[in-house]
Amino acid sequence: MTTMLLRLSRDDRPILIAALFILVILVAGTAYTVAHFGSAPLLSPTYLLQQLQIGAFLGIVAAGMMIVILIAQIDLSVPWTLAAAAMMATSIGGPLAIPTGLGIGLLVGLVNGIGVAYLRVPSMIFTLGVNAVMRGLMVAHTGGYAPQTAATELMKTLAAERTLGIPNALFVWAAVSVVVAIILQRTPLGRYIYAIGNKEAAAYLAGVDTRRVTVICFALCGVAAALAGVLLAGYSTKAYQGMGDAYLLPSIAAVVIGGTNILGGRGRYLGTLIGVVLIVLLNSVLSIMDMPEAGRQVIYGLVIILMLLVYGRGERVTS
Amino acid sequence: MLNDLAIRLRQNVGLATAVLLFAALYLLYNLAHPKGFSPAVLVQNGDEIFALAMLAMAQTVPVLTSGLDLSVGAVMTMVGCFASYLLTGAAGGTPLHLDVLGLHLGLGTFPDGVGGILLGTIVCLAIGTLAGFINGCVVVYGRIQPIIATLATGAVYIGIALFLRPTPGGKIDEDLNWAMTNSLGDFASTLHIFDDGAAGWFAPFAWIPVPFALLVLIALVVWVPFRRSVLGRAVYAVGSAEGAAYMSGLPIERAKMAAFTLAGFFAGCGGLFLAIQTSSGNADIPQAGAYTLNSIASVVIGGTSLLGGTGSAIGSIFGAMILRVISFFFRIFDIAPLLQPLFEGLILLAAVSIGALGVLRVRNTLELFR
Repeated sequence: MTTMLLRLSRDDRPILIAALFILVILVAGTAYTVAHFGSAPLLSPTYLLQQLQIGAFLGIVAAGMMIVILIAQIDLSVPWTLAAAAMMATSIGGPLAIPTGLGIGLLVGLVNGIGVAYLRVPSMIFTLGVNAVMRGLMVAHTGGYAPQTAATELMKTLAAERTLGIPNALFVWAAVSVVVAIILQRTPLGRYIYAIGNKEAAAYLAGVDTRRVTVICFALCGVAAALAGVLLAGYSTKAYQGMGDAYLLPSIAAVVIGGTNILGGRGRYLGTLIGVVLIVLLNSVLSIMDMPEAGRQVIYGLVIILMLLVYGRGERVTS
Repeated sequence: MLNDLAIRLRQNVGLATAVLLFAALYLLYNLAHPKGFSPAVLVQNGDEIFALAMLAMAQTVPVLTSGLDLSVGAVMTMVGCFASYLLTGAAGGTPLHLDVLGLHLGLGTFPDGVGGILLGTIVCLAIGTLAGFINGCVVVYGRIQPIIATLATGAVYIGIALFLRPTPGGKIDEDLNWAMTNSLGDFASTLHIFDDGAAGWFAPFAWIPVPFALLVLIALVVWVPFRRSVLGRAVYAVGSAEGAAYMSGLPIERAKMAAFTLAGFFAGCGGLFLAIQTSSGNADIPQAGAYTLNSIASVVIGGTSLLGGTGSAIGSIFGAMILRVISFFFRIFDIAPLLQPLFEGLILLAAVSIGALGVLRVRNTLELFR
């Protein structure tokens, strides 16, 4: 077992361990439900599909976040990009709703990218400022209340309905996943992204327009957050204040648990998928156990530390 | 001599800008305020500034090591929740108990009176310091990136705060609240020292708000000695070139440990004051997040580089004060509350973008990537 783990490449090991941990969560959760209620809802496909449907929104946000983390940056503007896309999509309505929402995301992403790539402001602070501006714009737009506008039928269909028994949101998540995986593994852009994450100066000297790639990465992240916002508005039939707040930290956690290096340059998309599933299942097991918010937060933090202690340890700097 | 001064100024250009900006903004604020330049306004501002200023100091130290502490808001919240149990000042002491997993464990009675308040203060600050120490252990011995390690420990601390205060509540001794959130004169009269604050030599200082006095005291007694110690220098060295610091035989691990522990202590001071000021404990997750993010903004505005190695906690205090004064302006200039978040964001973006205009002067593009 140990030798098998060691033989895996250092990018695959986290993915396998996280997958094993998902099994542990499922077994422990099922043992709990069998002991307390005499049933095993965690193993029923209906329940799992329902949980994954909720997880799809986080998964889409995490896909965008991963791209930005791979180039050693971070996007803290996700919460209000998501909310702004949802609010504008519902208030425009009609066939233009979804393009408007995605356009907002693209715009925010471009602003983030230009600030980080050309002005060289640290992404941690620039995206934080953009998040505050988006929040300000939306508060001014809605008057601080939940907007009265409703999601369009198409948004509801994409987010809440099912085709052949499978939630449509899962199809959207799968499509996003395929696109991101192809970008990262099969296109020059993907190579550039990993190269910039490892050493931007080296990538620049090798002829990569690193600043343009940085802008593209932030734009992709913005669009992903906007898509999640549009779907979430469809799922809950309307947009509301603070709808994106619950997605920032879990999306970063999912990316990191999936083995992506927070300093950039390393990590596979499959890991991010597994990381999202892990967080979603952990949440649903905790809510089945009727765990109060206090316990959830503690367990959540301990799980992240534990997973990283197993495979996320950095190397000592010695030269 | 003059040359020396010029060099020093160039080294601290971030700090100097922050101080000048704050002075200009605060002067403008007082000129525009109907009761400007009065002790009452100063006291009110001091109370509103203190917690953020402490969190900005807390954030500075890990940032100097080119780390980041996303748990400062959580530590503040947790310490505040502890304070709302330990500093009630109830006569006869406060009975403490722990209800966990259906068990009811009595923990004895926490003492009352001045001794109880002193002990409670020490315990609260010790809890904050311990939280910072744990962060340091996870970062140094766990070798997990600070940003993600403190994200996780922050969740744990918020969990503990929620466990202590599922709903806002608790109480802080009224005299303590009064003494800490007013002027030094009120502080002295509450404690019955210096002839109840009427002593002749004391009069020139009596108008100074306690929070400002505390801020100066903490900066002089904790930050300045640390900055000048071997460990403090090592913190700067680790931030500017960890490899070189290692090769020079500096205590890298101890420096990082000290940085996070000190951050916990400062955040604990902030949490303690916030609890005293609001007279309650509140495990408010959005508030904790807002304080953490504002602490990062304060650090940047105060002239500390997020890449580490340059800057100071003093600059961050001014950064925090600038952020707060900007929000004071909304009150006097009668800006619609709905537009306030927008202006806050725009000002933050403008501030960091102006600071970034140096990129226009770069002759070799390679200098941009470091």
